Amino acid sequence: MNETKTKPLANSMRRKFLKYSAATAVAAPYITSVKAAPTEINMLAWYGHGEPDIVGAYEEANNVKFNAKYYAGGDNMLALISQSPPGTYDLILSDAEFVMQLNAAGYIEEMDAAAYNFDDMLHDDFKQFPGHWRDGKLFSVMVRGGHLGVSYNKNAMTAEEAMSYKGFWKPELKGKVGHFDWHLPNLGMMSLLNGNGAKLWDQDDAGWKAVQETTMSLRPQVGGFFDYGGTFNSLKNGEMQAMCGIGDWITGVLEKDGAPVASVIPQEGGIQFTESYSIGKGSSKQAEVQKFIQHMLTPEGQVRSAEMAAYPGFCITKGGLALLQETNPKEAARSGQVEGAVNEPIRLINEGRIHYRDIPAQQGLEDWNDFWSDYKNA
Amino acid sequence: MSSTNNKKRVDLYALTWRLPIILWQFLFFVGPLVFLIAMSFFVVKNYRMMETFELSAWNRILSRDYFYSSYLYTFGMATFATLLATLLAFPASYALAFKVSENVRRWAMFFLIIPFFTSYLVKTFSWYVILAKTGVVNSLLASIGFGPYTLLNTWVGTMVGFMTLVLPLLVLLQTLSLSQVDKNLIEAAHNLGSGRVRTIFNVIIPSAKIGLVVGALFCFILSFGDFVSPYYLGGSTPQTLSILIIDTTKSGNQWPRAAVVAICMMTTLFIIAFASILFAYRKPKS
Repeated sequence: MNETKTKPLANSMRRKFLKYSAATAVAAPYITSVKAAPTEINMLAWYGHGEPDIVGAYEEANNVKFNAKYYAGGDNMLALISQSPPGTYDLILSDAEFVMQLNAAGYIEEMDAAAYNFDDMLHDDFKQFPGHWRDGKLFSVMVRGGHLGVSYNKNAMTAEEAMSYKGFWKPELKGKVGHFDWHLPNLGMMSLLNGNGAKLWDQDDAGWKAVQETTMSLRPQVGGFFDYGGTFNSLKNGEMQAMCGIGDWITGVLEKDGAPVASVIPQEGGIQFTESYSIGKGSSKQAEVQKFIQHMLTPEGQVRSAEMAAYPGFCITKGGLALLQETNPKEAARSGQVEGAVNEPIRLINEGRIHYRDIPAQQGLEDWNDFWSDYKNA
Repeated sequence: MSSTNNKKRVDLYALTWRLPIILWQFLFFVGPLVFLIAMSFFVVKNYRMMETFELSAWNRILSRDYFYSSYLYTFGMATFATLLATLLAFPASYALAFKVSENVRRWAMFFLIIPFFTSYLVKTFSWYVILAKTGVVNSLLASIGFGPYTLLNTWVGTMVGFMTLVLPLLVLLQTLSLSQVDKNLIEAAHNLGSGRVRTIFNVIIPSAKIGLVVGALFCFILSFGDFVSPYYLGGSTPQTLSILIIDTTKSGNQWPRAAVVAICMMTTLFIIAFASILFAYRKPKS
């Protein structure tokens, strides 16, 4: 009795099993080809470079996945690399002044110069950027930049006052001048104010002493020292009405949000931060990384970079600039990336008003940092 | 014989339960502490730490004026925060321990725990809205004809942050401690003609001394080592020792120098904690 009842059920289950197995076997190759695991690329960069607005579309189109590790400052970047085994990072975004140190320490791979379209660069300096080449070999490719000068609240300073670093000493700004808490750009600006021009990083003892004296005289005006978040907040809520050590990379974000802030390059000159991509030593994904760097130099990649949500930068290729002007004329105008603009990046460089950020030539970084600690405690 | 065996078994039983915490302390406190001390004798070359035995980090830090000014400022702020928090917390704790019903006390304790649900950093950033020139406090003051006052990026801002960090914890610790005071002693003091204030100073505070001192000690430790409030509400001006540690590591990857600052901070906290515990457990002179 029992046998007769269970037999048809067993037959039916066997048929179902065979049917689903056959279906799975037929479909399996297609499923695999549609959903292959993405290639993971480990990126070391400033905040923002591994976010969806920059890499999202590229990830989707190329079946790669960026694992971004963010740092704050070149020293921090070098520290992270030095503590990791070779091959940990496939792609390294570095401030240009630290590329030489990356290279000297053997943390980056030689790159194939023929793979990048240097002819499309907006300025000759970008093709042969200091430190990016050694003995005719390429180790880093510039992808974006930005200028640092006087950042100010338009209700507290006029554009004319902001055209000199002396504006920071305006009596009405007492207690309302902030510093981005990194000695390098701040002391560089004070060096420019002292009239050191192109030799702003190359100062002998007397020049360095003069830079310290100028900086120290600003101390009574200073209301605080801030990181990115603090700088952003204090400018937004009006606690700080002028900021030393930054530029459009912070005020640009606020300006787009409607805050009455701006950045200008004063007559004494400004400083350029330059961001470049290198391939990490021992990376097993050099071809994929090269492809991504090539993408970041395409007009589309350049526009994404210029519009980066975390902090804007300027295009460094002709194709990128043309596409930005075409697709986002408002942002192109706001950031001075149009012909005739007062703060047009390439014109400022050609006029000799922009100096590439570097490290002190005659003092150690620790001497500058020591003074910075003294200054903060004064 | 049987009693010795029994004792051995009891000791083994106790050791089994103590072992995890002993291991924990060795792995996560003594071990890192030994490494920290060793690291202070290392040197950094090309952003890499070299394992050696040199006094250069100690010489560098201890010969800098900014280290001493940062130390004094940090110590002064932590001491002031401890005194202020103790004074602010005591009336509330006293009321919760002696003046309210059991039910109200239970609810109050619950509400005192709630602030710990939110990240300290988030709470600190929310003070921006309240303390800014155009913030809530200055708007209220403006409505009665005062201000605006600069509260952010000053020591006042730092102190507000410290109070945010320590006050709920201190009220909890003080309330628990005061609740343990024998009510009969208070009644006896009153019966013997002692007024309220005298009873507080001669009976309640001595009886709850251990809890009150431990609460104050926690307050000092947390304020002394805090980085968030001095940086975000105090504007890093002047800088505290915690900020100095960050600055030191940021520039040149100088972990050995940061280790020197950290060891000085820990030594200070050891001395303060040891002195506080001695004071708390000191028997009153008969």
